[in-house]
Amino acid sequence: MSRSAVVVAIILTAALFAPWLAPYGEAQFVGGVWDPPSVRHLLGTDNLGRDMLTRLIFGARNTVSIAGLATTLAVGLGVALGFLAAALGGWVDALVSRGVEILLSIPVLISALMVLAALGNSLAVLIATIGLLESTRVYTIARAIARTIVVREFVAAARLRGEGLVWVLAREILPNALPALAAETGLRFSFIFLFIASLSFLGLGIQPPAADWGSMVRENAPAINFGLIAPLYPATAIALLTIGVNRLVDRYLAAESRPGAA
Amino acid sequence: MRGLIAARVGMGFLTLAVISALLFFATDCLPGDVAAALLGPQATPEALATIRASLRLGEPAGLRYVHWLAAVLHGDFGRSLATGRSVVAMLRPRFQNTLALAGLAAIVAVPLALGLGVAAAMRAGGRLDRAVSTLCLLTISVPEFFIGYLLILLFSVQLGWLPSLAVLHGGMSLAQRLGAITLPTITLVLVVLAHMVRMTRAAILSVMSAPYIEMALLKGLTRGSLVLRHALPNAAAPIIAVVALNLGYLVVGVVVVEVVFVYPGAGQLMVDAVGKRDLPLVQACGLAFAATYVGLNLVADIVAMLVNPRLRRA
Repeated sequence: MSRSAVVVAIILTAALFAPWLAPYGEAQFVGGVWDPPSVRHLLGTDNLGRDMLTRLIFGARNTVSIAGLATTLAVGLGVALGFLAAALGGWVDALVSRGVEILLSIPVLISALMVLAALGNSLAVLIATIGLLESTRVYTIARAIARTIVVREFVAAARLRGEGLVWVLAREILPNALPALAAETGLRFSFIFLFIASLSFLGLGIQPPAADWGSMVRENAPAINFGLIAPLYPATAIALLTIGVNRLVDRYLAAESRPGAA
Repeated sequence: MRGLIAARVGMGFLTLAVISALLFFATDCLPGDVAAALLGPQATPEALATIRASLRLGEPAGLRYVHWLAAVLHGDFGRSLATGRSVVAMLRPRFQNTLALAGLAAIVAVPLALGLGVAAAMRAGGRLDRAVSTLCLLTISVPEFFIGYLLILLFSVQLGWLPSLAVLHGGMSLAQRLGAITLPTITLVLVVLAHMVRMTRAAILSVMSAPYIEMALLKGLTRGSLVLRHALPNAAAPIIAVVALNLGYLVVGVVVVEVVFVYPGAGQLMVDAVGKRDLPLVQACGLAFAATYVGLNLVADIVAMLVNPRLRRA
Protein backbone atom coordinates (compact mmCIF):
# COMPACT_ATOMS: atom_id res chain seq x y z
CA MET A 1 0.00 0.00 0.00
CA SER A 2 1.21 3.48 -0.78
CA ARG A 3 1.83 6.03 1.95
CA SER A 4 -1.23 8.06 0.97
CA ALA A 5 -3.43 4.96 1.19
CA VAL A 6 -2.07 4.26 4.71
CA VAL A 7 -2.76 7.85 5.82
CA VAL A 8 -6.31 7.82 4.46
CA ALA A 9 -6.96 4.36 5.95
CA ILE A 10 -5.76 5.48 9.40
CA ILE A 11 -8.00 8.55 9.33
CA LEU A 12 -11.01 6.53 8.15
CA THR A 13 -10.41 3.96 10.90
CA ALA A 14 -10.24 6.74 13.48
CA ALA A 15 -13.49 8.17 12.09
CA LEU A 16 -15.30 4.80 12.15
CA PHE A 17 -14.18 3.58 15.57
CA ALA A 18 -13.69 6.89 17.41
CA PRO A 19 -15.52 5.97 20.67
CA TRP A 20 -13.45 2.75 21.02
CA LEU A 21 -10.10 4.23 20.00
CA ALA A 22 -10.16 7.53 21.86
CA PRO A 23 -8.45 7.40 25.28
CA TYR A 24 -10.92 9.91 26.84
CA GLY A 25 -14.41 11.32 26.19
CA GLU A 26 -15.07 13.81 23.38
CA ALA A 27 -15.74 16.77 25.69
CA GLN A 28 -14.12 15.44 28.87
CA PHE A 29 -11.86 17.82 30.81
CA VAL A 30 -8.81 15.84 31.81
CA GLY A 31 -5.91 18.23 32.37
CA GLY A 32 -4.68 21.82 32.40
CA VAL A 33 -4.79 24.29 29.52
CA TRP A 34 -2.31 23.32 26.79
CA ASP A 35 -0.41 20.75 28.85
CA PRO A 36 2.69 19.56 26.97
CA PRO A 37 2.66 16.05 25.48
CA SER A 38 3.11 13.34 28.12
CA VAL A 39 2.46 9.63 28.56
CA ARG A 40 -1.12 10.34 29.70
CA HIS A 41 -1.76 12.83 26.89
CA LEU A 42 0.31 11.88 23.86
CA LEU A 43 -0.34 15.19 22.07
CA GLY A 44 -0.97 17.28 25.18
CA THR A 45 -4.24 19.01 26.00
CA ASP A 46 -6.26 21.73 24.25
CA ASN A 47 -7.43 25.23 25.17
CA LEU A 48 -9.95 23.89 27.72
CA GLY A 49 -7.83 21.03 29.08
CA ARG A 50 -9.30 18.28 26.88
CA ASP A 51 -7.08 15.53 25.49
CA MET A 52 -5.81 16.64 22.06
CA LEU A 53 -5.54 13.11 20.61
CA THR A 54 -9.10 12.31 21.70
CA ARG A 55 -10.39 15.49 20.09
CA LEU A 56 -8.49 14.68 16.88
CA ILE A 57 -10.03 11.19 16.72
CA PHE A 58 -13.58 12.44 17.31
CA GLY A 59 -12.86 15.34 14.97
CA ALA A 60 -12.09 12.84 12.20
CA ARG A 61 -15.49 11.25 12.80
CA ASN A 62 -17.45 14.53 12.68
CA THR A 63 -15.57 16.23 9.85
CA VAL A 64 -15.28 13.18 7.58
CA SER A 65 -18.91 12.10 8.02
CA ILE A 66 -20.27 15.58 7.29
CA ALA A 67 -17.98 16.01 4.28
CA GLY A 68 -19.03 12.54 3.12
CA LEU A 69 -22.75 13.36 3.33
CA ALA A 70 -22.26 16.67 1.48
CA THR A 71 -20.19 14.89 -1.19
CA THR A 72 -22.89 12.24 -1.64
CA LEU A 73 -25.49 14.96 -2.13
CA ALA A 74 -23.26 16.97 -4.51
CA VAL A 75 -22.33 13.97 -6.65
CA GLY A 76 -25.84 12.46 -6.68
CA LEU A 77 -27.53 15.69 -7.69
CA GLY A 78 -24.79 16.83 -10.07
CA VAL A 79 -24.60 13.51 -11.90
CA ALA A 80 -28.40 13.13 -12.15
CA LEU A 81 -28.86 16.64 -13.57
CA GLY A 82 -25.76 16.44 -15.77
CA PHE A 83 -26.87 13.12 -17.32
CA LEU A 84 -30.43 14.37 -17.84
CA ALA A 85 -29.20 17.58 -19.50
CA ALA A 86 -26.85 15.62 -21.79
CA ALA A 87 -29.47 13.00 -22.72
CA LEU A 88 -32.44 15.33 -23.20
CA GLY A 89 -30.63 18.37 -24.63
CA GLY A 90 -32.88 21.21 -25.82
CA TRP A 91 -34.49 23.54 -23.33
CA VAL A 92 -33.78 21.32 -20.29
CA ASP A 93 -30.06 21.48 -21.01
CA ALA A 94 -30.15 25.22 -21.73
CA LEU A 95 -32.14 26.01 -18.57
CA VAL A 96 -30.03 23.96 -16.14
CA SER A 97 -26.74 25.00 -17.76
CA ARG A 98 -27.52 28.73 -17.56
CA GLY A 99 -28.58 28.34 -13.93
CA VAL A 100 -25.37 26.51 -13.09
CA GLU A 101 -23.28 29.13 -14.93
CA ILE A 102 -24.77 31.87 -12.77
CA LEU A 103 -24.10 29.93 -9.57
CA LEU A 104 -20.54 29.26 -10.75
CA SER A 105 -19.97 32.98 -11.24
CA ILE A 106 -20.28 33.59 -7.48
CA PRO A 107 -17.41 32.36 -5.27
CA VAL A 108 -18.62 29.33 -3.27
CA LEU A 109 -17.48 30.79 0.05
CA ILE A 110 -19.51 33.97 -0.52
CA SER A 111 -22.67 32.03 -1.49
CA ALA A 112 -22.27 29.73 1.50
CA LEU A 113 -21.83 32.68 3.88
CA MET A 114 -25.01 34.30 2.53
CA VAL A 115 -27.08 31.16 3.02
CA LEU A 116 -25.65 30.49 6.49
CA ALA A 117 -26.46 34.10 7.48
CA ALA A 118 -30.05 33.62 6.37
CA LEU A 119 -30.76 30.09 7.61
CA GLY A 120 -28.41 29.79 10.56
CA ASN A 121 -25.72 27.12 10.78
CA SER A 122 -27.43 23.91 11.75
CA LEU A 123 -25.81 20.71 10.45
CA ALA A 124 -28.66 20.08 7.98
CA VAL A 125 -28.32 23.57 6.48
CA LEU A 126 -24.54 23.19 6.31
CA ILE A 127 -24.68 19.86 4.47
CA ALA A 128 -27.50 20.92 2.12
CA THR A 129 -25.83 24.25 1.24
CA ILE A 130 -22.41 22.80 0.51
CA GLY A 131 -23.91 19.81 -1.33
CA LEU A 132 -26.02 22.07 -3.55
CA LEU A 133 -23.22 24.57 -4.27
CA GLU A 134 -20.65 21.89 -5.08
CA SER A 135 -23.15 19.94 -7.23
CA THR A 136 -22.75 22.72 -9.84
CA ARG A 137 -19.10 21.69 -10.29
CA VAL A 138 -20.07 18.01 -10.56
CA TYR A 139 -22.84 18.94 -13.02
CA THR A 140 -20.46 20.55 -15.55
CA ILE A 141 -18.17 17.52 -15.48
CA ALA A 142 -20.94 14.88 -15.53
CA ARG A 143 -22.64 16.66 -18.44
CA ALA A 144 -19.41 16.89 -20.42
CA ILE A 145 -18.68 13.18 -19.89
CA ALA A 146 -22.24 12.09 -20.72
CA ARG A 147 -22.31 14.17 -23.92
CA THR A 148 -19.43 12.14 -25.34
CA ILE A 149 -21.25 8.89 -24.48
CA VAL A 150 -24.77 9.88 -25.63
CA VAL A 151 -23.65 10.12 -29.26
CA ARG A 152 -22.17 6.60 -29.37
CA GLU A 153 -23.89 3.80 -31.32
CA PHE A 154 -24.87 1.60 -28.37
CA VAL A 155 -26.91 4.46 -26.85
CA ALA A 156 -28.71 4.97 -30.17
CA ALA A 157 -29.29 1.20 -30.34
CA ALA A 158 -30.79 1.15 -26.83
CA ARG A 159 -33.06 4.04 -27.69
CA LEU A 160 -34.20 2.34 -30.90
CA ARG A 161 -34.92 -0.83 -28.89
CA GLY A 162 -37.40 1.35 -27.04
CA GLU A 163 -35.60 1.53 -23.68
CA GLY A 164 -36.83 4.30 -21.35
CA LEU A 165 -34.77 7.34 -20.37
CA VAL A 166 -33.93 6.07 -16.89
CA TRP A 167 -32.73 2.71 -18.27
CA VAL A 168 -30.49 4.44 -20.82
CA LEU A 169 -29.02 6.73 -18.15
CA ALA A 170 -28.45 4.00 -15.59
CA ARG A 171 -27.45 1.05 -17.79
CA GLU A 172 -25.73 2.61 -20.82
CA ILE A 173 -24.29 5.97 -19.76
CA LEU A 174 -23.45 5.42 -16.07
CA PRO A 175 -21.19 2.34 -16.46
CA ASN A 176 -19.14 4.10 -19.14
CA ALA A 177 -18.84 7.30 -17.12
CA LEU A 178 -17.94 5.52 -13.87
CA PRO A 179 -14.11 5.77 -13.89
CA ALA A 180 -14.14 9.53 -14.58
CA LEU A 181 -16.91 10.07 -12.03
CA ALA A 182 -15.01 8.09 -9.39
CA ALA A 183 -12.01 10.39 -9.78
CA GLU A 184 -14.27 13.45 -9.65
CA THR A 185 -15.92 12.16 -6.46
CA GLY A 186 -12.53 11.82 -4.77
CA LEU A 187 -11.46 15.33 -5.76
CA ARG A 188 -14.84 16.76 -4.81
CA PHE A 189 -14.59 15.10 -1.38
CA SER A 190 -11.24 16.75 -0.69
CA PHE A 191 -12.59 20.13 -1.84
CA ILE A 192 -15.71 19.84 0.32
CA PHE A 193 -13.71 18.57 3.29
CA LEU A 194 -11.32 21.54 3.03
CA PHE A 195 -14.24 23.91 2.58
CA ILE A 196 -16.07 22.65 5.69
CA ALA A 197 -12.81 22.89 7.63
CA SER A 198 -12.47 26.53 6.50
CA LEU A 199 -16.07 27.34 7.48
CA SER A 200 -15.57 25.73 10.88
CA PHE A 201 -12.33 27.65 11.26
CA LEU A 202 -14.31 30.86 10.62
CA GLY A 203 -16.69 29.75 13.40
CA LEU A 204 -19.56 29.22 10.96
CA GLY A 205 -19.41 25.47 10.37
CA ILE A 206 -19.71 22.65 12.89
CA GLN A 207 -20.55 24.15 16.28
CA PRO A 208 -18.98 23.42 19.71
CA PRO A 209 -18.71 21.34 21.82
CA ALA A 210 -18.54 18.80 18.94
CA ALA A 211 -14.91 18.24 18.00
CA ASP A 212 -13.96 18.97 14.41
CA TRP A 213 -10.61 19.82 12.90
CA GLY A 214 -11.48 23.28 11.58
CA SER A 215 -12.91 24.57 14.88
CA MET A 216 -10.01 22.94 16.76
CA VAL A 217 -7.59 25.12 14.79
CA ARG A 218 -9.67 28.16 15.69
CA GLU A 219 -9.99 27.29 19.40
CA ASN A 220 -6.29 26.54 19.81
CA ALA A 221 -5.01 29.41 17.66
CA PRO A 222 -4.02 31.66 20.61
CA ALA A 223 -1.51 28.98 21.72
CA ILE A 224 0.70 29.90 18.79
CA ASN A 225 1.64 33.17 20.52
CA PHE A 226 3.17 31.16 23.37
CA GLY A 227 5.23 29.18 20.88
CA LEU A 228 2.99 26.09 21.22
CA ILE A 229 2.06 24.07 18.18
CA ALA A 230 -1.44 23.07 19.41
CA PRO A 231 -3.35 24.51 16.40
CA LEU A 232 -0.96 22.80 14.01
CA TYR A 233 -2.09 19.27 15.04
CA PRO A 234 -5.62 19.62 13.59
CA ALA A 235 -4.31 21.75 10.70
CA THR A 236 -1.81 18.99 9.85
CA ALA A 237 -4.58 16.38 10.04
CA ILE A 238 -6.60 18.42 7.52
CA ALA A 239 -3.60 18.76 5.21
CA LEU A 240 -2.75 15.03 5.47
CA LEU A 241 -6.25 13.89 4.52
CA THR A 242 -6.46 16.35 1.59
CA ILE A 243 -3.03 15.41 0.23
CA GLY A 244 -3.76 11.70 0.78
CA VAL A 245 -7.07 11.75 -1.11
CA ASN A 246 -5.61 13.84 -3.95
CA ARG A 247 -2.68 11.47 -4.40
CA LEU A 248 -4.95 8.42 -4.36
CA VAL A 249 -7.04 10.01 -7.13
CA ASP A 250 -3.88 10.75 -9.12
CA ARG A 251 -2.72 7.14 -8.84
CA TYR A 252 -6.16 5.86 -9.78
CA LEU A 253 -6.24 8.08 -12.88
CA ALA A 254 -2.72 7.03 -13.85
CA ALA A 255 -3.71 3.36 -13.52
CA GLU A 256 -6.90 3.93 -15.55
CA SER A 257 -5.11 5.65 -18.42
CA ARG A 258 -2.41 2.98 -18.67
CA PRO A 259 -2.80 0.98 -21.89
CA GLY A 260 -4.29 -2.45 -21.18
CA ALA A 261 -6.28 -1.28 -18.15
CA ALA A 262 -9.88 -2.43 -18.23
CA MET B 1 -14.19 43.60 -31.90
CA ARG B 2 -15.91 46.47 -30.08
CA GLY B 3 -19.20 44.67 -30.40
CA LEU B 4 -17.72 41.54 -28.80
CA ILE B 5 -16.31 43.50 -25.87
CA ALA B 6 -19.60 45.35 -25.44
CA ALA B 7 -21.44 42.02 -25.44
CA ARG B 8 -19.04 40.62 -22.82
CA VAL B 9 -19.47 43.73 -20.62
CA GLY B 10 -23.24 43.41 -21.03
CA MET B 11 -23.02 39.76 -19.90
CA GLY B 12 -21.03 40.90 -16.87
CA PHE B 13 -23.73 43.37 -15.86
CA LEU B 14 -26.46 40.78 -16.45
CA THR B 15 -24.57 38.34 -14.22
CA LEU B 16 -24.31 41.01 -11.53
CA ALA B 17 -28.03 41.74 -11.76
CA VAL B 18 -28.87 38.05 -11.34
CA ILE B 19 -26.37 37.75 -8.48
CA SER B 20 -27.91 40.74 -6.71
CA ALA B 21 -31.34 39.09 -6.97
CA LEU B 22 -29.93 35.78 -5.67
CA LEU B 23 -28.17 37.52 -2.78
CA PHE B 24 -31.32 39.42 -1.90
CA PHE B 25 -33.71 36.49 -2.05
CA ALA B 26 -31.28 34.06 -0.41
CA THR B 27 -30.98 36.24 2.67
CA ASP B 28 -34.38 37.84 2.61
CA CYS B 29 -36.86 35.06 1.93
CA LEU B 30 -36.58 33.11 5.14
CA PRO B 31 -39.34 30.66 5.87
CA GLY B 32 -41.64 31.95 8.58
CA ASP B 33 -41.17 35.20 10.45
CA VAL B 34 -37.80 36.74 9.57
CA ALA B 35 -37.76 39.08 12.53
CA ALA B 36 -38.41 36.26 15.00
CA ALA B 37 -35.83 34.04 13.31
CA LEU B 38 -33.22 36.78 13.52
CA LEU B 39 -33.83 37.84 17.11
CA GLY B 40 -34.44 34.44 18.64
CA PRO B 41 -37.00 33.44 21.28
CA GLN B 42 -36.14 36.19 23.77
CA ALA B 43 -37.10 39.09 21.47
CA THR B 44 -39.34 41.83 22.81
CA PRO B 45 -42.36 42.87 20.69
CA GLU B 46 -40.82 46.35 20.22
CA ALA B 47 -37.58 44.89 18.85
CA LEU B 48 -39.57 42.66 16.49
CA ALA B 49 -41.57 45.65 15.24
CA THR B 50 -38.39 47.68 14.65
CA ILE B 51 -36.80 44.88 12.64
CA ARG B 52 -39.97 44.39 10.60
CA ALA B 53 -40.11 48.09 9.79
CA SER B 54 -36.41 48.40 8.91
CA LEU B 55 -36.54 45.37 6.59
CA ARG B 56 -39.92 46.53 5.14
CA LEU B 57 -41.37 43.09 5.86
CA GLY B 58 -44.91 44.36 5.24
CA GLU B 59 -44.25 44.59 1.49
CA PRO B 60 -44.21 41.72 -1.00
CA ALA B 61 -40.73 40.31 -1.69
CA GLY B 62 -40.54 41.45 -5.33
CA LEU B 63 -41.33 45.04 -4.40
CA ARG B 64 -38.81 44.91 -1.53
CA TYR B 65 -36.12 43.76 -4.00
CA VAL B 66 -36.87 46.69 -6.34
CA HIS B 67 -36.67 49.15 -3.43
CA TRP B 68 -33.47 47.53 -2.18
CA LEU B 69 -31.84 47.55 -5.62
CA ALA B 70 -32.82 51.19 -6.26
CA ALA B 71 -31.28 52.16 -2.91
CA VAL B 72 -28.15 50.07 -3.60
CA LEU B 73 -27.66 51.76 -6.97
CA HIS B 74 -27.71 55.07 -5.10
CA GLY B 75 -25.03 53.75 -2.76
CA ASP B 76 -27.40 53.08 0.15
CA PHE B 77 -27.22 49.59 1.66
CA GLY B 78 -29.37 50.47 4.64
CA ARG B 79 -28.38 50.26 8.30
CA SER B 80 -26.72 47.43 10.16
CA LEU B 81 -29.12 45.48 12.37
CA ALA B 82 -26.44 44.96 15.00
CA THR B 83 -24.99 48.47 15.35
CA GLY B 84 -27.56 50.72 13.67
CA ARG B 85 -24.77 52.42 11.70
CA SER B 86 -24.85 52.95 7.95
CA VAL B 87 -23.65 49.80 6.18
CA VAL B 88 -21.69 51.78 3.59
CA ALA B 89 -19.82 53.70 6.30
CA MET B 90 -18.89 50.39 7.98
CA LEU B 91 -17.93 48.59 4.78
CA ARG B 92 -15.96 51.24 2.89
CA PRO B 93 -12.79 51.46 5.07
CA ARG B 94 -12.80 47.67 5.56
CA PHE B 95 -13.11 46.96 1.85
CA GLN B 96 -10.29 49.40 1.09
CA ASN B 97 -8.09 47.46 3.52
CA THR B 98 -9.05 44.19 1.83
CA LEU B 99 -8.27 45.55 -1.63
CA ALA B 100 -4.95 46.88 -0.36
CA LEU B 101 -3.97 43.47 1.03
CA ALA B 102 -5.20 41.52 -2.01
CA GLY B 103 -3.63 44.07 -4.37
CA LEU B 104 -0.26 43.89 -2.63
CA ALA B 105 -0.39 40.09 -2.76
CA ALA B 106 -1.24 40.24 -6.49
CA ILE B 107 1.64 42.64 -7.22
CA VAL B 108 4.03 40.18 -5.59
CA ALA B 109 2.43 36.92 -6.75
CA VAL B 110 1.82 37.52 -10.46
CA PRO B 111 5.38 38.45 -11.57
CA LEU B 112 6.82 35.84 -9.21
CA ALA B 113 4.54 33.12 -10.60
CA LEU B 114 5.30 34.05 -14.22
CA GLY B 115 9.03 34.15 -13.52
CA LEU B 116 9.06 30.81 -11.72
CA GLY B 117 6.80 29.22 -14.34
CA VAL B 118 9.01 30.36 -17.22
CA ALA B 119 12.19 29.37 -15.38
CA ALA B 120 10.74 25.94 -14.56
CA ALA B 121 9.63 25.42 -18.18
CA MET B 122 13.06 26.39 -19.55
CA ARG B 123 14.73 23.62 -17.61
CA ALA B 124 11.86 21.13 -17.32
CA GLY B 125 12.85 18.26 -15.01
CA GLY B 126 15.74 20.27 -13.58
CA ARG B 127 16.43 21.04 -9.93
CA LEU B 128 14.46 24.30 -9.90
CA ASP B 129 11.54 22.66 -11.68
CA ARG B 130 11.35 19.88 -9.11
CA ALA B 131 11.71 22.26 -6.15
CA VAL B 132 8.94 24.50 -7.52
CA SER B 133 6.60 21.60 -8.17
CA THR B 134 7.10 20.21 -4.65
CA LEU B 135 6.36 23.63 -3.13
CA CYS B 136 3.28 23.90 -5.34
CA LEU B 137 1.95 20.49 -4.32
CA LEU B 138 2.34 21.42 -0.65
CA THR B 139 0.73 24.86 -0.81
CA ILE B 140 -2.13 23.70 -3.03
CA SER B 141 -3.32 20.97 -0.69
CA VAL B 142 -3.07 22.59 2.73
CA PRO B 143 -5.65 25.06 4.07
CA GLU B 144 -4.83 28.78 4.11
CA PHE B 145 -4.82 28.90 7.89
CA PHE B 146 -2.18 26.15 8.07
CA ILE B 147 0.24 28.28 6.03
CA GLY B 148 -0.71 31.34 8.07
CA TYR B 149 -0.08 29.79 11.49
CA LEU B 150 3.12 28.11 10.29
CA LEU B 151 4.47 31.51 9.18
CA ILE B 152 3.42 33.09 12.50
CA LEU B 153 5.16 30.34 14.45
CA LEU B 154 8.32 30.72 12.38
CA PHE B 155 8.67 34.47 11.82
CA SER B 156 6.95 36.08 14.78
CA VAL B 157 7.24 33.56 17.62
CA GLN B 158 10.56 31.78 16.92
CA LEU B 159 12.48 34.53 15.11
CA GLY B 160 10.56 37.57 16.39
CA TRP B 161 11.00 39.44 13.10
CA LEU B 162 7.40 40.36 12.36
CA PRO B 163 4.20 40.95 14.36
CA SER B 164 1.78 38.00 14.46
CA LEU B 165 -1.32 40.21 14.29
CA ALA B 166 -2.03 42.58 11.41
CA VAL B 167 -4.00 45.09 13.48
CA LEU B 168 -3.96 48.53 11.86
CA HIS B 169 -4.60 51.78 13.69
CA GLY B 170 -4.41 55.50 12.92
CA GLY B 171 -1.06 56.36 14.48
CA MET B 172 0.98 53.79 12.55
CA SER B 173 3.76 54.86 10.20
CA LEU B 174 3.92 53.41 6.69
CA ALA B 175 6.82 51.15 7.69
CA GLN B 176 4.82 49.79 10.64
CA ARG B 177 1.82 49.19 8.39
CA LEU B 178 3.94 47.33 5.85
CA GLY B 179 5.49 45.27 8.66
CA ALA B 180 2.03 44.40 9.95
CA ILE B 181 0.75 43.16 6.60
CA THR B 182 3.91 41.32 5.50
CA LEU B 183 2.88 37.93 6.89
CA PRO B 184 -0.72 38.05 5.58
CA THR B 185 0.66 39.07 2.18
CA ILE B 186 3.16 36.19 2.10
CA THR B 187 0.38 33.77 3.11
CA LEU B 188 -1.89 34.96 0.30
CA VAL B 189 0.97 34.85 -2.21
CA LEU B 190 1.70 31.22 -1.28
CA VAL B 191 -2.01 30.37 -1.55
CA VAL B 192 -2.38 31.59 -5.14
CA LEU B 193 1.17 31.06 -6.41
CA ALA B 194 1.08 27.30 -7.03
CA HIS B 195 -1.78 27.23 -9.50
CA MET B 196 -0.37 30.12 -11.55
CA VAL B 197 3.13 28.62 -11.69
CA ARG B 198 1.85 25.22 -12.79
CA MET B 199 -0.37 26.71 -15.52
CA THR B 200 2.38 29.01 -16.81
CA ARG B 201 4.79 26.09 -16.97
CA ALA B 202 2.22 23.81 -18.64
CA ALA B 203 1.16 26.47 -21.18
CA ILE B 204 4.75 27.15 -22.23
CA LEU B 205 5.67 23.47 -22.41
CA SER B 206 2.66 22.73 -24.62
CA VAL B 207 3.73 25.46 -27.05
CA MET B 208 7.36 24.28 -26.91
CA SER B 209 6.44 21.02 -28.65
CA ALA B 210 5.08 22.91 -31.70
CA PRO B 211 6.99 22.52 -35.01
CA TYR B 212 7.76 26.25 -35.33
CA ILE B 213 9.65 26.14 -32.04
CA GLU B 214 11.78 23.28 -33.36
CA MET B 215 12.38 25.36 -36.47
CA ALA B 216 13.49 28.32 -34.36
CA LEU B 217 15.77 26.01 -32.38
CA LEU B 218 17.31 24.64 -35.59
CA LYS B 219 17.89 28.21 -36.78
CA GLY B 220 20.19 28.49 -33.77
CA LEU B 221 18.21 30.79 -31.46
CA THR B 222 19.20 30.81 -27.80
CA ARG B 223 16.95 29.10 -25.27
CA GLY B 224 16.07 32.41 -23.63
CA SER B 225 14.85 34.15 -26.76
CA LEU B 226 13.12 30.95 -27.85
CA VAL B 227 10.99 30.87 -24.70
CA LEU B 228 10.48 34.59 -24.25
CA ARG B 229 10.02 35.73 -27.88
CA HIS B 230 8.46 32.67 -29.52
CA ALA B 231 6.72 30.52 -26.90
CA LEU B 232 5.47 33.08 -24.33
CA PRO B 233 3.25 35.19 -26.66
CA ASN B 234 1.39 32.10 -27.83
CA ALA B 235 1.03 30.81 -24.29
CA ALA B 236 -0.30 34.19 -23.09
CA ALA B 237 -4.05 33.53 -23.35
CA PRO B 238 -4.25 30.53 -20.99
CA ILE B 239 -1.79 32.22 -18.63
CA ILE B 240 -3.92 35.37 -18.47
CA ALA B 241 -7.02 33.28 -17.86
CA VAL B 242 -5.43 31.47 -14.94
CA VAL B 243 -3.97 34.69 -13.50
CA ALA B 244 -7.44 36.27 -13.49
CA LEU B 245 -8.99 33.15 -12.00
CA ASN B 246 -6.47 33.27 -9.18
CA LEU B 247 -6.92 36.99 -8.61
CA GLY B 248 -10.61 36.16 -8.21
CA TYR B 249 -9.60 33.43 -5.77
CA LEU B 250 -7.44 35.99 -3.94
CA VAL B 251 -10.52 38.11 -3.28
CA VAL B 252 -12.14 35.13 -1.54
CA GLY B 253 -9.07 33.52 0.02
CA VAL B 254 -8.46 36.83 1.73
CA VAL B 255 -11.44 36.10 4.04
CA VAL B 256 -9.70 33.25 5.88
CA VAL B 257 -6.33 35.01 5.93
CA GLU B 258 -7.92 38.13 7.44
CA VAL B 259 -9.36 36.03 10.26
CA VAL B 260 -6.00 34.32 10.92
CA PHE B 261 -4.16 37.64 11.25
CA VAL B 262 -7.09 39.62 12.74
CA TYR B 263 -6.74 42.03 9.81
CA PRO B 264 -9.47 44.72 9.71
CA GLY B 265 -10.80 43.87 6.24
CA ALA B 266 -14.17 43.23 4.64
CA GLY B 267 -13.80 39.44 4.97
CA GLN B 268 -13.57 39.60 8.75
CA LEU B 269 -16.49 42.05 8.74
CA MET B 270 -18.59 39.65 6.67
CA VAL B 271 -17.77 36.64 8.85
CA ASP B 272 -18.76 38.60 11.97
CA ALA B 273 -21.95 39.79 10.26
CA VAL B 274 -22.85 36.22 9.28
CA GLY B 275 -22.33 35.10 12.89
CA LYS B 276 -24.68 37.88 14.11
CA ARG B 277 -27.02 37.31 11.15
CA ASP B 278 -26.83 41.02 10.32
CA LEU B 279 -28.54 40.71 6.92
CA PRO B 280 -28.05 44.20 5.38
CA LEU B 281 -24.33 44.06 6.18
CA VAL B 282 -24.01 40.50 4.83
CA GLN B 283 -25.77 41.50 1.60
CA ALA B 284 -23.49 44.49 1.09
CA CYS B 285 -20.31 42.48 1.76
CA GLY B 286 -21.51 39.65 -0.50
CA LEU B 287 -22.31 42.02 -3.32
CA ALA B 288 -18.94 43.78 -2.97
CA PHE B 289 -17.03 40.47 -3.13
CA ALA B 290 -19.17 39.10 -5.97
CA ALA B 291 -18.83 42.31 -8.00
CA THR B 292 -15.03 42.29 -7.63
CA TYR B 293 -14.94 38.63 -8.68
CA VAL B 294 -17.20 39.13 -11.72
CA GLY B 295 -15.26 42.28 -12.68
CA LEU B 296 -11.92 40.43 -12.61
CA ASN B 297 -13.28 37.63 -14.79
CA LEU B 298 -14.63 40.24 -17.20
CA VAL B 299 -11.24 41.98 -17.46
CA ALA B 300 -9.55 38.61 -17.99
CA ASP B 301 -11.85 37.69 -20.88
CA ILE B 302 -11.35 41.07 -22.57
CA VAL B 303 -7.57 40.99 -22.17
CA ALA B 304 -7.52 37.43 -23.52
CA MET B 305 -9.47 38.64 -26.57
CA LEU B 306 -7.03 41.50 -27.12
CA VAL B 307 -3.98 39.27 -26.77
CA ASN B 308 -5.14 36.41 -28.98
CA PRO B 309 -6.31 37.51 -32.46
CA ARG B 310 -8.05 34.18 -33.00
CA LEU B 311 -10.53 34.84 -30.18
CA ARG B 312 -11.58 38.18 -31.73
CA ARG B 313 -13.52 36.57 -34.53
CA ALA B 314 -15.02 33.77 -32.45
